[in-house]
Amino acid sequence: MPARRVIRNLSLPDLIRYRLPVPGVLSILHRVSGALLFALLPAILWLFDLSLRSQASYTRLQQFTGSWLVKVALAALAWSLLHHLAAGIRYLLLDLDLGVERAAARRSAWIVFAVSLPLAACAALAIFGVF
Amino acid sequence: MAIGARRLVVGAHYGLRDWLIQRATAVVLAIYVIGLAVAVVLARPIEYDSWGAIFAPLSMKVATLIAIAALAWHAWVGMRDIWMDYVRPTALRMLLELATVLWLAACLVWAVQILWTV
Repeated sequence: MPARRVIRNLSLPDLIRYRLPVPGVLSILHRVSGALLFALLPAILWLFDLSLRSQASYTRLQQFTGSWLVKVALAALAWSLLHHLAAGIRYLLLDLDLGVERAAARRSAWIVFAVSLPLAACAALAIFGVF
Repeated sequence: MAIGARRLVVGAHYGLRDWLIQRATAVVLAIYVIGLAVAVVLARPIEYDSWGAIFAPLSMKVATLIAIAALAWHAWVGMRDIWMDYVRPTALRMLLELATVLWLAACLVWAVQILWTV
């Protein structure tokens, strides 16, 4: 592996070359997934409302979630929730001073992805009706 | 930004409380989400009746409402962090923060209405 370039005061072209370590990738995705869940909260509540109000609205929900565009959005939401949850548990452990050394923190970041990505893939397959 | 001669209205001067609240609400949310996932697995196959039955008991309504209240508070702290990091003009940032609070409060009230129609 080539030595990492020392970069200070990132400019935009630097940002593309900059190799973010795994915990950094986890961190920015934690923020992205949280923002996505926040932005789509009314949509989640709307779906929740449809799912509970009546048999007719439940059927309407099933029709609405039948389109593949909605399925893609639901899969993105499922990934957001799973990543935010798994990464969040890691942060809670870090706050308790568990695994704060660099090697341990990198390992736990990989574990978060190893848990959240397969689970999100399962959720996506379920949403698309594979099983 | 100061309002008046020296009343500082921005900055993370109450950051430790927010930090702690974000962690406490995170624990509540993690427990609720995992509990709900277990309830859904136990209630399979999921149809209108079995799904509604999960939220019918008062205990589940209360738990769900507490989780949504925790979510609103948790999201407020997180969104405020995002606005503080990326939005430099103070007036715009405070407008976005106000919009965030109103948005979350509206979602909370809506959630109450949804839960108590079951």
